[in-house]
Amino acid sequence: MFRTVKELVELAETEGIQLSEVMIRQEMDVKNKSREEIYEEMEKNLQVMEKAIEDALEGVQSVTGLTGGDAVLIQKYMKEKNPLSGNLMLDAVSKAMGTNEVNAAMGTICATPTAGSAGCVPGALFAVKEQLNPTREQMIRFLFTAGAFGFVVANNAFISGAAGGCQAEVGSAGAMAAAAIVEMAGGTPQQSSDAFAMTLKNMLGLVCDPVAGLVEVPCVKRNAAGSSLAIVSADMALAGVTSRIPCDEVIGAMYRIGKQMPSSLRETGEGGLADTPTGRLLKEKIFGMSV
Amino acid sequence: MKYNSVFDIIGPVMIGPSSSHTAGAARIGKAARNLFGQEPTWAKIHLYESFAKTYKGHGTDFALVGGLLGYEADDKRISKSLETAKERNITVEFIEDSAAVNHPNTARLIIGNASGSLELVGISIGGGKVEITELNGFDLRLSGNHPAILIMHNDRFGAIASVTRILAKYEINIGHMEVNRKDVGKEALMVIEVDQNVEDAVLKELESADHIVRIAKIDS
Repeated sequence: MFRTVKELVELAETEGIQLSEVMIRQEMDVKNKSREEIYEEMEKNLQVMEKAIEDALEGVQSVTGLTGGDAVLIQKYMKEKNPLSGNLMLDAVSKAMGTNEVNAAMGTICATPTAGSAGCVPGALFAVKEQLNPTREQMIRFLFTAGAFGFVVANNAFISGAAGGCQAEVGSAGAMAAAAIVEMAGGTPQQSSDAFAMTLKNMLGLVCDPVAGLVEVPCVKRNAAGSSLAIVSADMALAGVTSRIPCDEVIGAMYRIGKQMPSSLRETGEGGLADTPTGRLLKEKIFGMSV
Repeated sequence: MKYNSVFDIIGPVMIGPSSSHTAGAARIGKAARNLFGQEPTWAKIHLYESFAKTYKGHGTDFALVGGLLGYEADDKRISKSLETAKERNITVEFIEDSAAVNHPNTARLIIGNASGSLELVGISIGGGKVEITELNGFDLRLSGNHPAILIMHNDRFGAIASVTRILAKYEINIGHMEVNRKDVGKEALMVIEVDQNVEDAVLKELESADHIVRIAKIDS
């Protein structure tokens, strides 16, 4: 069983297999299940992601009215104008935000690795899909690769905002997406590791400061950041850019930073954006009480 | 290792908005109901730190109650569980507790009905994964990676042997086992982690073993 990204990459290199294959074999071993059973379970998750994006692009609204409809706005802009950051990038942003709009509206989503960060991985996947034209199996593999990296983070650091801030959630999710894009685009296991490291490095220190304690503001838009950074980092890694700080050390840094974060910035809704005049006002409006 | 499956990371499929505050909370509620073995008529739920500060926004309240009603994390009825509990005459009280705890997402559930009560502490460690850390005053150290059987029994000689004999008969292997008691001859708890899920028939037989009070199982 691999415990670090280094071990994960080494396993893939020695066996001459993809990172997704390392994860699949480990899962078969741990759960004592066949490849077909595991594929089937992941296929179900993939379908939930696909459906959430479909729902989002038809337009959803949360109970509070704080979020919803932005995914649709971006798709419309893509059709009518010539986006500066390009269609693929904006498509990822729209689908990542859309997934989280569905989450905020209490729809059905697949946590990747959490609900608050559930948009990054599917957002990136369903955007790069348009360019890379993967098979269904490759799309399932994308999720295993993302899962392999998330598995290391969860066991060596944390993946919840309450424990380690948003860097642990959207930071991990964006980085997982970056690693998976690299594999789908034909990069090496080491390039996946570099893409992961470069994404997470740029998310270090990100606090979890939800307005009114709701998974809406700023969570939905942070998923946009996670998925777009994933694409940028994947491109950097595929171009041959490497991370000077090894991937596992970046995860270690994320862990120590999270440990140093005060609880007001770890999903208590007490600090950061939640503690701005507007943030406080919104909370009062929604719950009829002052902070 | 806290997480041992890729589906802890990619998954669970759930109703939003938060994996730790909604899906995890539902699983803690469900564990309490399973261990209690019946539907409670009342519940006092203490919430700590992040759970205490944001439970309304995250739906932690209706998720915990949904679990107590027996719902899974992806059950669409969860969002209406507070109303459902009211209809079924279940009184639910939430207490924002400021006591110090080891994990920011901690809940203490005290549930009961006319025939008894149960107290359980659960933590939601992220991505929907939970750990049960305390049951009726006993500290638990369950990894959650294997199915477990919890056996409340009277502290008497032969109680443990009567249980392990039945497990051996059904060829169920024990991976980890702990025994704890409140005092000599008093209430005691066996926690047994096994390698495979335990059939109901086995549980029935365990229930009728010597000195056993109550049994519950937790599937992995």
